[in-house]
Parts: sequence; structure tokens; C-alpha cells
Amino acid sequence: MVCIKQVPDTTEVRIDPEKGTLIREGVPSIVNPFDEYAVEAALRIKEELGGKVTVITMGPTQAVEALRKCVAMGADEAVLVSDKAFAGSDTWATSYTIAGAIKALGGFDLILCGKQAIDGDTAQVGPGIAEHLGISQVTYVQRVLSVREDAAEVERSFESGYEVIETPLPAVMTIDKSANEPRLPSMMGTMKALKKEIPTLSAGDIDAREDLLGMEGSPTRVKSTFTPQPRKGGRMLRGEMEDMLKELVQILREEKIV
Amino acid sequence: MNFDYTPEQEAVKGMMEEFTSKEITPYAAQWDREEAFPWDAVKKMGQLGIFGTALPEEYGGSGLDNISHAIVAEELGKGCSSIRGIYSVQVSLVAKTIAAYGTEEQKKRYLPGMAMGSILGCFGLTEPNSGSDAASMSTTAVEDGDYYLLNGGKMWITNAGVADVALIFAKTDKNAGARGITAFLVDKDTPGFSTRDIHEKMGLRASNTGEIILDNARIPKSSVLGKIGKGFGIAMATLDNGRYTVAAGCVGSAQAALDYAKKYAKERIQFGKPIAAHQLVQQLISDMAVDIECGRLLVYKAGHVKNKGVRSTREVSMAKYYCSEMVNRVAYKAIQVFGGYGFSGEYPVERIYRDARINTLYEGTSQIQQLIIGNLELGVQAFV
Repeated sequence: MVCIKQVPDTTEVRIDPEKGTLIREGVPSIVNPFDEYAVEAALRIKEELGGKVTVITMGPTQAVEALRKCVAMGADEAVLVSDKAFAGSDTWATSYTIAGAIKALGGFDLILCGKQAIDGDTAQVGPGIAEHLGISQVTYVQRVLSVREDAAEVERSFESGYEVIETPLPAVMTIDKSANEPRLPSMMGTMKALKKEIPTLSAGDIDAREDLLGMEGSPTRVKSTFTPQPRKGGRMLRGEMEDMLKELVQILREEKIV
Repeated sequence: MNFDYTPEQEAVKGMMEEFTSKEITPYAAQWDREEAFPWDAVKKMGQLGIFGTALPEEYGGSGLDNISHAIVAEELGKGCSSIRGIYSVQVSLVAKTIAAYGTEEQKKRYLPGMAMGSILGCFGLTEPNSGSDAASMSTTAVEDGDYYLLNGGKMWITNAGVADVALIFAKTDKNAGARGITAFLVDKDTPGFSTRDIHEKMGLRASNTGEIILDNARIPKSSVLGKIGKGFGIAMATLDNGRYTVAAGCVGSAQAALDYAKKYAKERIQFGKPIAAHQLVQQLISDMAVDIECGRLLVYKAGHVKNKGVRSTREVSMAKYYCSEMVNRVAYKAIQVFGGYGFSGEYPVERIYRDARINTLYEGTSQIQQLIIGNLELGVQAFV
């Protein structure tokens, strides 16, 4: 099982100043890039050991396009989790909802997520799913070393290096971008994805309490968001080196820096 | 009438946009500079089934329609005209010709490999002294028991030095003119078959262009494609396929030139504002946009006629004539928007300009297209 998210394809995400949420209209959508590493990791495990890769996403109906992209890459099945009742979910409610969908689908040996989404950047949903399912989690996986019936061995990355971890299965892993290079969809895969029937699970179909879904089930509220003021450009000194040095010293004195 | 893409065409476009932006555009300048055949990209195109887009499903293709085929050429053309040329030759000139005229055995032997890119093809019609006047070719095929002995030389052949199989046109009857020409499938390891690369081209520097030398090359009779003496008709029908993806590639290259010019026009400040806000720059941009749209519509119209399975010579020649001239106009104007920077190799419009030039020359010059269109309009042949 790979959990993915459809995100806006832009580094200039605009924020609705009143609601404090992302404005998605008019921005092309893509599969969250970290999730593509998770899909690739899952496809490689499948190629080595067999099995089936199912992708799941929670989102509006158009998020089905992100699922189709993953099917085009080679995923076998896809499931959309979508309901107005899920609107306004924070990371707690989102991970609770996805965990409920996973339970309803009958559970999985291995659940892979991207390490974080590029829009919200929280990195909380993957670990949250593990907590709600009550299973192990390994975050920031840079390499899946081996997968056995009841355990897996992975490399977990740090800024200063990596550690090798063995985890019992089932488990949730969040995949870092150093893990692999996601494959591009093939022409055959693209056509297969186009014809793929993708079921939708709504609030009534998942294993969850309705009062814990959506805005109502979300303990966090965005109080305010703001765009940091762009930094003012520096001042360039020009001319001969000696003159520039004199000028620099003078400025530093005037500004009482020295 | 419906101008919308079908869901399949939309999906092909999306897939090809991603492929081109990740696997082609970032490397095109380097391939051009180094005159390097883009083996990695060609292999990936094979693995991803791109060569098989419009080839029959029973031979490993995806069996998609002619507009999807044009979309592939268009998107490849956005990134690199050399790659688009490799696609055109592989699919339009060789694989589709085998699919149309080949025996079951020939189709099984070549098409699955061609769809997956493990077999590359080239198309040997032009000779040093026979270009527009293809029927004047001097390559001969003389019967020798169960074989034919081929002798002669082919010139300006795209993929010559990298191809596993060459579609060669030769005269089986020297006195019969166009009716004496026969098509042969010649494997590269045939004794007497050799190639020589041509370097220092103005454009398409990443595609392999070469000569083919046939020196008593012995070809089994089972390698005749189509019927004896029917080669000229096969060549002309094949060119209707080839010219179609050339035209589509021109649309893609021109679109890339326009996209680069638009981006630059919004960034470049002169007279205190982006040059995009100057009226004469807007004129250049709008002329380019209209010209491209005309070309794209001609290509898709030709694709529509092809999808109906009827003869498309008129529509294809119109599209090829218009688009090959159009991409040169558009590339010229894109450089005009860039000013001096467009004259340097720093920006891709310089390469697009050089790559554009071949399009009015190969697969029938603009003048040949005019004569084809003129003949169909008037019913009067201006060439024999």
C-alpha cells in the first residue's frame, strides 16, 4: 500500500489570507514528488518479491488523476478516499481517515508514504497512520535492504549519516528522495491507467468514527499565515579596490557595526 | 467537428510532456554540441513503448491513432529535433511501412523489436545524384537464384550508422523508370552493406546521418518488401507518413521557441519595462502564436484524414510544406525577441533555429510539396 497526495505543481503556492489555507484553483496538480519515491520503492519490492501495489489518496475527486499517474507507473490498484465530510482535515484527521480506509480495505503488509508533502511540509501523516493502526513506523527511509515475511531491514537517513533498522511487519515507512529514481510512466501503463476503474471510499465506507473526521475531528486550527517580507537587496560597491575598502570601512562605522 | 483531444490523446500528451521535460530537454544542448547520438534516451523511448505508440498491438505497439502519433512527434520536437527525427524514421518511414506492406514473417521479425527500440531502422531512398527525382536512382538489384545482388549508394540517410535494418529502394528493372523500383529490407550485418557517417551538419547534430554503400550485398528474396516493381509507390506512400511526423515535429519545435521567447520577453527589461510590454515584441509573439496554431491544425487535420484510412497526400503535403516553413519563421522571430543573446549558444533558440533549417529540405523540399499540391489542385503534373 502506498499513500500519496496530489499537490500543486508550483513553488509559489498562494495562500488564502482569510481562511489560511492553500489556493488550489488554477494551479496544475502533480503527485507529491516524495510519494513518487514511495511508489518506486513499492514497485521494486513487488518486482523482487511479487505481491500487489495499491495506491491510496485522500482528496477531492480530481485527485484520481494522481492515482492514475501511479497506475501508469505500474501500481496494480488504486483507491480514492473522498467525501465532503473529510474537508478541512488536519494531519491528525487525515491520518485517522487514511488509517480507517486501510483497515476497511483489509490491512496491508507494508505501507509506504513519501517522507512529507511539498505543500504542507509537515511529515506527520505517515507516522500518524502508523499510530492510528497501532503498527511500527520507520521514517526517512533511504533504502529498503530486504523484506521478509514478518520483518524488513532498511536504511534510515540522518543529516550526519544513516542507521540500519529492522522493523517487524506490518509497518509504515516514509521514503526519502535519496531512495531511488522514480520511473516514468510507459505508453502501455498510461493506457492501462486510463481504463483503470478506481473505486471511491466515502465516510460510510471506512473504519472510523464520524465525529473524528474533517474539520470537526481536527484538533489543530491555522490561526494565521503570512508571507515573509523579501529581504532587501544588498548594496554593491564599485570602483578601485582601495576606494571600495575605504568606503566599506566608512559605511561600517556609520552603521556602528565596527 | 470536434477540436478536443480524446482522453487517450490527452494522456499521451501528458506522458510525453513529462518524458521530454525530464529525459530530453535537459540534455539536448549537450548532444548537439558533442554530436552525440542519444543512445540513453532512445533506449528509454523503447522501454517506455514510445516507438510503439502508433504501431499495431499484435506486434508490441499500443495501437493508438495518428493524432496520438503526431502528439508524440510534437512533444519530442519540443525537446530536440534530432530525437524527433529518430522517431520519425523509426516509426513513420520504416516500422509503419513494414506493418503496411510486410509479410507476416517480416512483421514478426521486425515490428516487436522496433516498437521496443531494440531494432532501429533507416530509410534508404535518396542517392548522391537522385534527390527530388527519386525515380532516377541508380542503385540496382539483380536477381541471383534465391537472392538479389544490390549495388549502389544511398546518401543523407538518417539513422544509417545506428540502424539494424535498412529499407532500401533499388531498381530491379533499369528500363522501367519508377515502375522498375523494388523495396528491400536489408540487415546491417549483410556482407557488402556498410555505412559512413556524415559530420559537421548545420543542425540535427545529435541524429546520425550517413551514407549507405551496397557492394554486391546479397539479399534473400524473402527480404523483398511488397511486390517486385512496386517500390516507388511504397516510397511515396511512406513519405506521406514521414512528412506527417516531420510537420508535427516542426509544430513542437516552434512551440518551444515561442515558449522560450515568451519567458524571456517577460524577464528582459529595456526602456524601464519588460520587453513583453513593447508593442513590436507583442507583434512578434502574436505572429508566432498564430503561425504555430495554423500549422498544428493542418497536422491534426492530416491526422484526421489518416485515421479515416483514406489517402492523405494532399493534407500531409500541405502540413509538411506549411509547418517546415513556419518553424523557420518562428525560430527567426524567437531569436529576434532574444536579441544578441539569441545568437549565442547560451539559449536554446539558437539550436532550434539551426535544427529548423533541414525541415524544408528533407522528405521532399518545400518546392516538391508545392508541386504535389499544385498537381492535386490543377490535375496538371509539373514534373514527370
